[in-house]
Amino acid sequence: MPKVAIRFTLNGSEAAEFVESGTTLLGALRDKLGETSVKGGCLQGTCGACSVIIDGALKLSCLTLAESCQDARIETVAALARGGLLHPLQRAFVETFATQCGFCTSGMLMAAKALLDHNATPSREDVIEAISGNICRCTGYEPIIQAILAASRAATSTAA
Amino acid sequence: MALKRGRGVAAINYPTGMNLGGDPTHALVHSTPTGNFMVSLSSVDLGQGMRQVVAQICAETIGVPVERVIVDAADTDTGPLCMGTFASRGTHRIGNAVIQAAREARQVMLEVAAEALEVDAGDLETDGEGNIQVKGAPARAISITDAALAAHFRQGRAISGRGIFLVPRSYPEAATGAMKPATCYAHACTVAEVEVDDETGEVAVLSLKNVFEVGRAVNPKLVEQQLVGGAWMGMSHALYETTEPYYPSREHGPTDFNMYLMPGPGDVPRIETVVLERPAPDGPYGAKGTGEMCANPHIPAIANAIFDAVGVRIDTLPITPERILRALQERSRRAAA
Ligand code: FES
Ligand code: FES
Repeated sequence: MPKVAIRFTLNGSEAAEFVESGTTLLGALRDKLGETSVKGGCLQGTCGACSVIIDGALKLSCLTLAESCQDARIETVAALARGGLLHPLQRAFVETFATQCGFCTSGMLMAAKALLDHNATPSREDVIEAISGNICRCTGYEPIIQAILAASRAATSTAA
Repeated sequence: MALKRGRGVAAINYPTGMNLGGDPTHALVHSTPTGNFMVSLSSVDLGQGMRQVVAQICAETIGVPVERVIVDAADTDTGPLCMGTFASRGTHRIGNAVIQAAREARQVMLEVAAEALEVDAGDLETDGEGNIQVKGAPARAISITDAALAAHFRQGRAISGRGIFLVPRSYPEAATGAMKPATCYAHACTVAEVEVDDETGEVAVLSLKNVFEVGRAVNPKLVEQQLVGGAWMGMSHALYETTEPYYPSREHGPTDFNMYLMPGPGDVPRIETVVLERPAPDGPYGAKGTGEMCANPHIPAIANAIFDAVGVRIDTLPITPERILRALQERSRRAAA
């Protein structure tokens, strides 16, 4: 299999690698670039565990080819905390106990971030819609819904 | 054809652990040279919070802040024996073993401190913040770090403790069949409200109101989290989960967990949960097993609510739209005959 060069911005820094043509972004991130904050669940687009944000849009990295991401801006959950401080969404997840085994958490946080980036004051229905491509088998979703609503309230009250 | 609402109630008694061929859990506790306490176990934390609860139980028993306890768990090659985290036995069995080990370690720690302070160990107490002091004279004190250093480097003593909690095997009495299948019992009650579409057989769960009696909520937030997640799982058992939901034959069935249906975020009902605590005499600080029961009472409550809504009693799980429709058809067929 011929190798192709991939180059993109990963969490603000340049990342470049040679991968086999057809490698998924998930595979490139985890196995080539050591970015294991991204989780692989189903590897076929049904669980949302692998969600990342590409050029501002929420994407499933298991269904995205690495070579289609040339010069893209890719964000993973590892970019959320800054200077040792948790992102408001992460804090809300901790405070509302929105994570148990944690396997879905990276993807849930990215889905939540993509929502809040586009809609700072989502309704409960908006939140449900935003995470409905992400499977969680532990929490019963309610704490996750509560966490996202709490983070959006916290952000809008500090902005006001 | 209409949406019909119904309400159902169910109450359960839930056993902690089960009757194995003897049910032991073994725990070891030792202090590091700087006075942190290691708990060695081979019990598994599946995300339910076993490590946190064990750390709290150990810290409470030794009398140190919880941050000073490190739980090393789940290497079954090298760790002390645990029968496992199942049957809701974790907090109860492991907790009791840890209390026993931590008590022994505490006693050694107090003896070490007594020698360092030249007092009697019986006159010492912990302040819960990392110090050991003379009762009534808190100025005469030694930090737990200094006590651990003294134990390692001057007194040559191991601040450590062993604990094992064993529930012996119970055999049925020949005459009556009576036996003791479990230890203490937890309790729960759920009221479910549902809306059933009698044209499609679909069920929407509107609310699940629960009361759980758990002995002692060692970590109230973890208990709440477990009960909220469990309510969703109970609803999932009642209405969704099967490896062959609607398929005519096995070949059309799902092949992995991706195709194993469970409710999504949009199906989550309003969940209200009240926790009651009636400490069990044999539980660690009174705790009973909350584990699997967190997904139990919802199932009969939802089945009862469906009966209340559309008058058919489904006794095969999950209660799929197909089963409801078949039952409704059967009822009208009988009414016509
Ligand atoms: S791993 Fe990508 S959706 Fe499941
Ligand atoms: S926390 Fe376990 S899958 Fe979501």
